[in-house]
Amino acid sequence: MLDVPRATTSEPNETHFDLRKEAEAAGITDTLQQLERELIGLKPVKSRVRQIASLLLIERIRQRVGLASAPPTLHMSFTGNPGTGKTTVALRMAKILHGLGFVRRGQVISVTRDDLVGQYIGHTAPKTKEILKKAMGGVLFIDEAYYLHRPDNERDYGQEAIEILLQVMENQREDLVVILAGYGERMTSFFASNPGFRSRIAHHIEFPDYAEAELLVIAELMLKERGYRFSAAAREAFERYIALRRTQPFFSNARSIRNAVDRIRLRQADRLVSDLDRMLDVADLETIDPIDVLASRVFSGGADARSAKP
Amino acid sequence: MKLTQGCFSFLPDLTDDQIYKQVQYCLANGWAVNIEFTDDPHPRNTYWEMWGLPMFDLQDAAGVMMELAECRRVYGDRYIRISGFDSSHGWESVRISFIVNRPPKEAEFELVRQEVGGRAIRYTTVRKPAAHAEQ
Repeated sequence: MLDVPRATTSEPNETHFDLRKEAEAAGITDTLQQLERELIGLKPVKSRVRQIASLLLIERIRQRVGLASAPPTLHMSFTGNPGTGKTTVALRMAKILHGLGFVRRGQVISVTRDDLVGQYIGHTAPKTKEILKKAMGGVLFIDEAYYLHRPDNERDYGQEAIEILLQVMENQREDLVVILAGYGERMTSFFASNPGFRSRIAHHIEFPDYAEAELLVIAELMLKERGYRFSAAAREAFERYIALRRTQPFFSNARSIRNAVDRIRLRQADRLVSDLDRMLDVADLETIDPIDVLASRVFSGGADARSAKP
Repeated sequence: MKLTQGCFSFLPDLTDDQIYKQVQYCLANGWAVNIEFTDDPHPRNTYWEMWGLPMFDLQDAAGVMMELAECRRVYGDRYIRISGFDSSHGWESVRISFIVNRPPKEAEFELVRQEVGGRAIRYTTVRKPAAHAEQ
C-alpha cells in the first residue's frame, strides 16, 4: 500500500502501447530533456544514458506483456577527468531509474573510501553494511572507487569492503544500483585487479573532457543562473582565460570554471564597492567587466602552478 | 503454545513480504528500526539483545531484511523481533514491535498461583523447564 507499485506481469490483453505516453508516465522524457538542456557537451554520455533509458522502458513494457526478461544488471561505472559531470549524471540516472521503477526510492548515497573502509579489524564490515543499507532502494555512488583497492598493501581493509560490495551487487540486484566513478586510467587498473567488478558492471560510460567553446557556454550558463552576464569584452577575456587555464596544472573542467566564476563575482563586487560615491544601476550590478576577468592570477603566469590551488 | 507478544502475534506468522511492508511503514514514519533477539521471551523480559545498532536514515526496508536474514542465520533458534522507535518529541518510545522469528519448539509458560496472607493471591509466570531443557 505504501509501496511504489512495481511493474505487474498481468494484463495480458494489452497488445498496443503508446510509447510516448509510457515514457511520459515514467517521467523520463522530462529528465532526458533536462539532461540535454543543463549539461553542455558530453555527447557520448547523453547518448548512452538515452540508450539505457530506452532499454529500461522497453524492458518494462516487455515485462507487462509477459515476454521473457531477466532483471537487467544496472550497475555502472563512470570514468572521466575531474569536473566532467559524473556526479550530476549519477543524480539524473537515479531519477530515470526511479521513474521507470527499477529502483524503489531513488535516493543517491554518495560515498568515498572513507565511508566504506574502517580503521581497524572488524570495523569495515559494519561500516560498509551501514552504507549499503542506507542505499537500498536507490543508487550508491562510489566516487574515486579505485582507492578501495590498495595494491601495495595486501592487508588493507579495502578488500573486505570490496567483497561485501560484490556480494550485495550480485545478490540484491533489484534492491540497489551501484555506480563507480573515477578517473579513466586508474579505474582501468582497478578493474584489472578486481575482475569481479568489471563483470558485474553492465554499463561503462566514459566522460570526455570539455572543449573550450563548451566551457565558455558552461560559464555563461553559470553566470546566468546567478543573475550575471559578461560584457562583450569580458567574454572575449574569459575565452583567453579558459585557453590559458587549461594548460595549467590542476585544471578540472567545469569545476575550475565554477571556481573561476565565483572568484570573478568576488572581484566584481570588490570593484563596485571600491568606489562608494558612484550611483549604481542594474546593468552595473549584473555586468562582468573585462577587468574582473583579467585580474586573475591565471594571466600572470598562473599562481596555481606554484600553490596547489584548484 | 504460540507466544503472543507485540503486534500481529494472534495472526499467523508474517511472511517476509509482509514484514517488508511493515518495516517500510516504520521507515516512512521516520522511525528507527531495530532487530532484537532472545532465548528468554518471558513477558517481563523487556530487554532483548540487539542485533547491531538501530537502523537510522534508511530509505528502503531491503536493508532491514538483509540484516534480518543475517540474524536468522545466526540466531534462527531464538525469538527475533523487530521494533520501530519514534524519536520525535512527545513520543520518544517504541511505536511498534512484532515477532519475526520463533524457535522450532516454542517456549512454554505457566501461571503459578500462591495464596498469601489475608486470602490475597500472588501470581507468577513461570517458564516450564521441560521445554527449556529440550532446546
